[in-house]
Amino acid sequence: MSAPIEKPSEKTPLLSVRDLIVEFPTRRGTLRALDRVSFDIAEGEVLGMVGESGAGKSLTGAAIIGLLEPPGRIAGGEIWLRGQRIDNLPREKMRRIRGRRIGMVFQDPLTSLNPLYTVAQQLIETIRTHMDVSDAEARKRAVALLDRVGIPAAARRIDDYPHHFSGGMRQRVVIALALCAEPELVLADEPTTALDVSVQAQIIDVLKEICAERGASVMLITHDMGVIAETADRVAVLYAGRVAEIGPVRDVIQAAEHPYTAGLMGSIPTLTQTAARLTQIPGSMPRLNAIPRGCAFNPRCPKVFDRCRTDRPELIDRDNGRHVSCWLYDSATQKVAHD
Amino acid sequence: MTDTPLLQVSGLTRYFDVSKPWLNRVLEREEKQFLTAAADVDFEIKRGETFALVGESGSGKSTIAKMIVGLVDPSRGRILFDGQEMRFEQGAAMRQLRRRFQMIFQDPFASLNPRWRVGSIIAEPIRTFGIASGADINREVGRLLEVVGLSAADAEKFPHEFSGGQRQRIAIARALSSKPEFIVCDEPTSALDVSVQAQILNLMRDLQDEFGLTYLLISHDLSVVRHMANRIGVLYLGRLVEEADAKRLFTEPQHPYTRMLLDAVPDLALSGRRRKPVTGEIPNPITPPSGCTFHPRCPLVVDICKQQVPAVRTTPTGRAACHLLEESALSSS
Amino acid sequence: MTELHKPRPTGRFGRAWDSDIAYSFRQSPVAVVAAVVSLILILGAVFAPLIAPYDPFNPASLNLMDGFTPPMEPNAFTGNVYWLGTDNQGRDVFSTILYGARISLFVGFAAVLFAMTLGITLGLIAGYRGGWVDSLLMRVADVQLTFPSILLALLIFGVARGFIPPAYREAMAIWVLIVAIGLSEWVQYARVVRGATMVEKNKEYVQAARVIGAHPVKILLRHILPNVMGPVLVIATIGLALAIIAEATLSFLGVGVPPTQPSLGTLIRIGQQYLFSGEWWILLFPSITLLALALSVNLLGDWLRDALNPRLR
Repeated sequence: MSAPIEKPSEKTPLLSVRDLIVEFPTRRGTLRALDRVSFDIAEGEVLGMVGESGAGKSLTGAAIIGLLEPPGRIAGGEIWLRGQRIDNLPREKMRRIRGRRIGMVFQDPLTSLNPLYTVAQQLIETIRTHMDVSDAEARKRAVALLDRVGIPAAARRIDDYPHHFSGGMRQRVVIALALCAEPELVLADEPTTALDVSVQAQIIDVLKEICAERGASVMLITHDMGVIAETADRVAVLYAGRVAEIGPVRDVIQAAEHPYTAGLMGSIPTLTQTAARLTQIPGSMPRLNAIPRGCAFNPRCPKVFDRCRTDRPELIDRDNGRHVSCWLYDSATQKVAHD
Repeated sequence: MTDTPLLQVSGLTRYFDVSKPWLNRVLEREEKQFLTAAADVDFEIKRGETFALVGESGSGKSTIAKMIVGLVDPSRGRILFDGQEMRFEQGAAMRQLRRRFQMIFQDPFASLNPRWRVGSIIAEPIRTFGIASGADINREVGRLLEVVGLSAADAEKFPHEFSGGQRQRIAIARALSSKPEFIVCDEPTSALDVSVQAQILNLMRDLQDEFGLTYLLISHDLSVVRHMANRIGVLYLGRLVEEADAKRLFTEPQHPYTRMLLDAVPDLALSGRRRKPVTGEIPNPITPPSGCTFHPRCPLVVDICKQQVPAVRTTPTGRAACHLLEESALSSS
Repeated sequence: MTELHKPRPTGRFGRAWDSDIAYSFRQSPVAVVAAVVSLILILGAVFAPLIAPYDPFNPASLNLMDGFTPPMEPNAFTGNVYWLGTDNQGRDVFSTILYGARISLFVGFAAVLFAMTLGITLGLIAGYRGGWVDSLLMRVADVQLTFPSILLALLIFGVARGFIPPAYREAMAIWVLIVAIGLSEWVQYARVVRGATMVEKNKEYVQAARVIGAHPVKILLRHILPNVMGPVLVIATIGLALAIIAEATLSFLGVGVPPTQPSLGTLIRIGQQYLFSGEWWILLFPSITLLALALSVNLLGDWLRDALNPRLR
C-alpha cells in the first residue's frame, strides 16, 4: 500500500509523510482533499511544494502542524518528525511542537503578529516559552535575530508595534518569530505572495540564508514556480490532492516527467521565451467531488492511454532521485512501448 | 487618418484626498493630505497594438486604467479616444464612444454579478447600447460564449457554477459583446493559476488577431507583459519612468528602476544568473521622496536626483525620466 | 468514491429543497418548530372568518348574558360552551384572538414593508452617492436612534391625530399606526443597506456596468439591490416580531387600533382589567398568542441570520 519513497541517505529524514489522507465530510458525501500524499524532507533541505489552488498544498502544511480547520480531518496515513509520530498527538503536545520544533511563516504577516503587543514582547515571550533563558538574554537574542533578518536599527525598532513596519519588514519580523525557538523545520505557506515583486526577492533570500545558517529544513508552499526555482532543493508537484511528481528542482523544471508538470512549466511565460503562444493544458483541475477514476489528470492529459482511465498510478521510483506517478513510467507500459 | 493613435493620454494626473475628517484636522493641527496616484502621465496607444503599464503597488497603474474608462475622474490632463476628447458626464457622443471601449477586471469572482445568469451578464452591454433585441440577443450571447471557448448552453447557468478561468472567459465575452475596438485589461490573470493564465493569455491573443483589438494591459508581472505587449510603460509612484519597445525594455533597460524590477524576477530558466539584491521598499505615496521619487533606492543616485524631478527624455529605445540619461546626453553632445 | 455523491435533483422545487438554506433549515429543530408555529398562527389569522366559530364584531350575534364564561364550562345562563371562554361583552375569546392576530399581523407586515421600502431606498442612496447626502441621512438616523422607538411612534401618533378630523380618526387609526411603527424602524434597514451598498458598489461587477454607462438607478435596482437583500430579510423577520410587539404596546397604551377592531394588544389591555377579579382567561390566552407569535417569528429571524452568515458556515 505504501508508496515507494526515496531515501536521500541512510539516516531517517527530518520529516516523513506517508500516505496522508485528509477528508472533509459534507452532507453530499465525504470529500477527499488529500489522497495518499507521501514525501520526505531531509535535514537542512528546502522542499518546495507547488500546485494550483485547490491542489492541497496548504492543506498538507496544515495537516503537518495539526491545524486543519474542522470539519477537515486526517483520515489515514502517518506523519513522522525525526522518528516521532506527530499526526496522532494530543492537542497540547502538538501545540508544544508548533513554534518549538516547527516554525511557521504565513502569507499575511498580520495574522502571525498580534497587533496589540510590541515586536519585542512577542519575540521574548516566544523565546522564553520554548527556552530556559532570562528576560535580558531573550531580548539580546531577539535583537540579534531581527538584525539578522535585515531590520535596520533593530535594537530600537524592536519596541515598535507591528503596524509601524511596512509589509516586507513585517514579513521579516515573522521570519524572526518563526526562527526564534530554533526549530528544526520551518513551514512557509506562500510567504511572498502578498508582497511586491521587488520585496519578494529580498524575503526569499533572507528566509533561505537564515535557515541554511541554522540548519533548519524548510517546507516552502507556493503557487509560484519562480520562487521554487530560486529557493528549493527538491520540489513536489501536487495535483488534485495527489503527488504528481517529486524530484530535484533543476530536473523537474528543465525536464519534467509527469505530463501535468510539463504542461505547467510550459504555461509559465518567462522573460526569455519567444513563442507567440503559451503551452496550455485544456480544461481545469477537477473539483473534489468529481475527481475522475484512474489518474486524476487523465481527462486533460495529452498522453493518456487506456490504463490511465481505470487504474490510479502510484509514485514510481525512477532511481535518479525522482519519483513520478504516471503510467508512462511503469515498467510494464515501457515494455509495451519498446516492443 | 489611420495614423491617429487610438488612445492619447496627456498630463494625466490624479490626487486623492486622504485627509482625516475636518474636526480631527483642526484638533490635531494637521494639514490636508493628498495622495498622488498619477502625475503627468503621457502615452499613446496605436491601433492593434498591446500597450502595457507595469508597476508595483502604489504605482498608479490601476488608477490610470480607471481614469481611461471613466471610473475615476482625472484631477488634470486629457484623454483622447480616436481624436475625440472623453467627457464622461453624458451626451450622445459619449454614448457612441463608450460603445467602442471595454474593460476586463482582475477578480473573476467579483466581476460577475452573483445573482445574474451568465446570459444576462453577457447581454447587459448589448441591451444598454441597443445593439440587438429579442431572440437576436440570445443568439449573440450563444455565439460569444462559443467564441471564448464555452458552450451556448452555459448562458442559463449562474456564475458560481464556473471555475475562475471560466468566469474570466465569461467576463471577456461580456467585454466583447458591445463589439469594442479597445479593451482595458486590469490584471486580467493575476487571480488565476498559471495553467489557466496561459489559457486566458492565449485567448486574448487569438481575439486580438480575430477582431483587430487594441489592448491596454495593466500588470505587475513582467513575464506576462513581456509575452503580451508591443510596448511597455514602467510606472513608479504615479510617474511614468520609462517607456520602450517591449523586446528592448528587457535587453536594454534605461531607467535604474526598470533594471531593478528585471533583477527581481525569479529566474525560472535556472541559468545561474546571480540576481543583484534589490534594496529598500516602496515609500509611502502620501509623503513621496523629493526630486526623483526613486532616489532613496537608486544605486546610481547623485545630488541632483534629490532636488529635481527628472524630465522625460527620448532614449534609443523610447523615453525615460532619469537625470543620468540627461547628463550622458549632455556630455555626449 | 463517486457513489458517495448523490446526484443533484433537478426541477425548481428539487433544487430549492436541495439548497444549502433548505438543508440548514431541516437541520435546525428550533427553526422548524418556529416555522410551524408561525405558519399556524398566520394561517389562523388569514382565514379567521372561516375558522372562527363566532363573529366577535357582529353586535347582533353577541349576547351580554354570555359574558365572563370560563373556558370549557357551560355558561350559567345560556349553557353555551366556549373553548377559551368569553370576555366581558360575551365575545368568544378564541374568535377574538383569531381576529386580533389578523389585525396585529396586518399592522406588523404593513409596518415592516413601509420601513423596509423607506430604509432600503434611503440606504441605497446614502451608500451609493456618499458625500454630504450620506452624512445628512446618517445624522438623521443617528438622531432618531437616540429616541426609544416606542416614544417616537407615540409622538408620530399624537401629531397625526392632531391633523386628522375626528370623524376619520377611527378609520385612519390603523394606517397611522402603520406609519408610526414604520417610521420608527426604518433606520435599521437604512444602515444595513448603506453598509452593504458601500461594499457592493466597489465590486468589479458594478464597475463593469459603470464602464458601459449604465444609469445609476438601474445599477442600484438591478445590480446592487439583489445583492443586499440577504441581511435585509433577516432584519425584516426580526423587525416583524418587533412591529407586532410595538403595535401591541401602543394598543395596550390605548393609542393603537380602536376597541371596535381589537388587535392582540387591545385584547390584552381589556383582559388585564379582569385579571384580579378572577377572569384570568381574558388576559392569558391573547397574551400567550402574542408571545408565541413574537417568539416564533424572532427565532425564525435568528436562524435565518445564522444561515445566511457565511462566516458561521
